[in-house]
Amino acid sequence: MSDKVIKNVVITSMVKVTDGIYSMWIKDKDLACNAKPGQFVSLYCKEGSQLLPRPISICEIDRENETLRLVYRVVGKGTKEFSKMNAGDTIRVMGPLGNGFTLEGKKAILIGGGIGIPPMLELAKSLDCEVQVVLGYRNNDLFLKDEFTPYGKVIVSTEDGSVGTKGNVIDAIREKDVQGDIIFACGPTPMLRGVKAYAQEKGLKAQLSLEEKMACGIGACLACVCQSKEVDSHTHVKNKRICKDGPVFYAEEVEL
Amino acid sequence: MSVNMKVNIAGVEWNNPVTVASGTFGSGAEYSDFVDLNQLGAVTTKGVANVPWQGNPTPRIAETYGGMINAIGLQNPGIDVFAKRDIPYLKQFPDTRIIVNVCGRSIEDYCEVVERLADEPVDMLEINISCPNVKEGGIAFGQDPKAVEAITKEMKQRAKQPVIMKLSPNVTDITEMAKAAEAGGADALSLINTLTGMKIDVNRKTFALANKTGGLSGPAIKPVAVRMVYQVAQAVQIPIIGMGGIMCAEDALEFIMAGASAVSIGTANFHNPNVTLEVIDGMKQFCEKNGVKDINDLVGCVK
Ligand SMILES: Cc1cc2nc3c(=O)[nH]c(=O)nc-3n(C[C@H](O)[C@H](O)[C@H](O)COP(=O)(O)OP(=O)(O)OC[C@H]3O[C@@H](n4cnc5c(N)ncnc54)[C@H](O)[C@@H]3O)c2cc1C
Ligand SMILES: Cc1cc2nc3c(=O)[nH]c(=O)nc-3n(C[C@H](O)[C@H](O)[C@H](O)COP(=O)(O)O)c2cc1C
Ligand code: FES
Repeated sequence: MSDKVIKNVVITSMVKVTDGIYSMWIKDKDLACNAKPGQFVSLYCKEGSQLLPRPISICEIDRENETLRLVYRVVGKGTKEFSKMNAGDTIRVMGPLGNGFTLEGKKAILIGGGIGIPPMLELAKSLDCEVQVVLGYRNNDLFLKDEFTPYGKVIVSTEDGSVGTKGNVIDAIREKDVQGDIIFACGPTPMLRGVKAYAQEKGLKAQLSLEEKMACGIGACLACVCQSKEVDSHTHVKNKRICKDGPVFYAEEVEL
Repeated sequence: MSVNMKVNIAGVEWNNPVTVASGTFGSGAEYSDFVDLNQLGAVTTKGVANVPWQGNPTPRIAETYGGMINAIGLQNPGIDVFAKRDIPYLKQFPDTRIIVNVCGRSIEDYCEVVERLADEPVDMLEINISCPNVKEGGIAFGQDPKAVEAITKEMKQRAKQPVIMKLSPNVTDITEMAKAAEAGGADALSLINTLTGMKIDVNRKTFALANKTGGLSGPAIKPVAVRMVYQVAQAVQIPIIGMGGIMCAEDALEFIMAGASAVSIGTANFHNPNVTLEVIDGMKQFCEKNGVKDINDLVGCVK
């Protein structure tokens, strides 16, 4: 039996992290007990013209208080609706969804780019090994960065060069000569391509968290596939479902 | 008051008039975390072909106002895997009828699947001659009355189960297609499949779907679907399974009153995985409240 639930849950806090990025904590015992780093939830809009759930990664899990944290960027109608909600309001949510990261390695390199940074936080907390965090930003708006410092060394790249290495996360890794035996990454597809190439070059294992437009979020509709090296369990045609078989895949397993 | 919710579609008795629309529910396994499949009148599976199909490139879906467009491209594992895995899975739910949706690129493809299913323990076949998202086959068979009649005959010659022909709304006059299917021997009709649509991502100056076009579904299409069910109900004698944008019991009752003997729920599952059970319950409550003893009494009651 699966541990997925769908229900209306209470928002316990909603704060603006920075321009256009919000942090929401939701309370639910089942979600908090069952969630793993790298999994996501589907959030449903109240506005009836927006039928499809919005997939949002789990940023932090607080089992003691039975809450989950979601950090999201306002990009369209759904995320805008969420940003207008307040503590005490309820929101409909399904989860936890997807496979999550496999906790492994002795010296991990966690790479987050832009809105791919939030899921790295719970991972950083959960890993039982040396952790180094490489965060890629556009500019000096370094949201969530300070929250990583208790868990490991934090390295930053910015596209405009205002803080840390000028360039992308791979530029920062090379400049700072970051060493490790496993990479975990979440971010835009071009970044993931770069991470995959770097991992191949260095012979490192890499777990990548992918993204695609979703409808059901649970593996039924086949909207969210990515090309895989091995045949998938559903159709046997090398099309893995990001919502169910992923969102986390080993780099060599998928075409990006 | 006890209400009879049982319906009889082409000789097959369903416990209630609600099934799921092909392609939105897989073969039920994923949704079984939320829905007791035994409570559904029937499960209609994703389209299955003679061999595995890869489907279209991504993005395959996009949300639109009150609906979505999809171009999944009928990704499916083919009849061999389906028969070995999905049929035994569905047989665990004895109260629910099994409807297998069949797709193909050529008449031969369809025939092969229907022949393979002849000795399988499934209750009905739904022949998809209306998918707008594949280059060959699919809709090509569903837009010309002669082709509709011919493929229906081929299916009927080979099928051991009742044959439901699934019609496309992307035609000038859907009653012509309905009559052609009836003339070809169809046991029932289901309608509507999706309406061909398009969405443009203005920021990226590109199509929202890799396939450029996709099928529009969801509440945005409901009035079109209800109108077509009504027209077809006036034109043929065989039972109709109505679908297109059903979100709640009231929507389902619109289809029933327009002339559908049963309904399918598709896109709404994405918004609310429990929707099917809520619709069944809501229809029953409506009957109780309005002194309707048998749901069948409402079929086509609006003339
Ligand atoms: C597994 C996964 C985890 C994610 N985690 C986060 C996260 O932690 N924080 C965050 O800010 N964003 C995350 N995203 C992206 C997030 O889902 C979209 O930004 C969001 O759905 C946009 O909704 P909207 O209504 O504001 O935008 P609109 O553009 O109005 O949305 C229209 C439709 O497109 C879909 N959509 C739009 N952008 C994306 C996208 N990038 N990925 C998938 N679907 C999209 C929406 O879900 C909706 O169905 C994640 C995506 C995936 C697939
Ligand atoms: C994601 C998706 C996949 C679909 N796949 C199929 C399919 O494989 N075969 C088919 O006959 N119809 C398919 N359809 C059409 C639906 O079965 C249904 O006819 C249509 O969506 C209208 O109903 P709705 O508005 O309730 O979704 C699909 C629809 C969607 C949204
Ligand atoms: S979103 Fe439906 S299969 Fe992934």
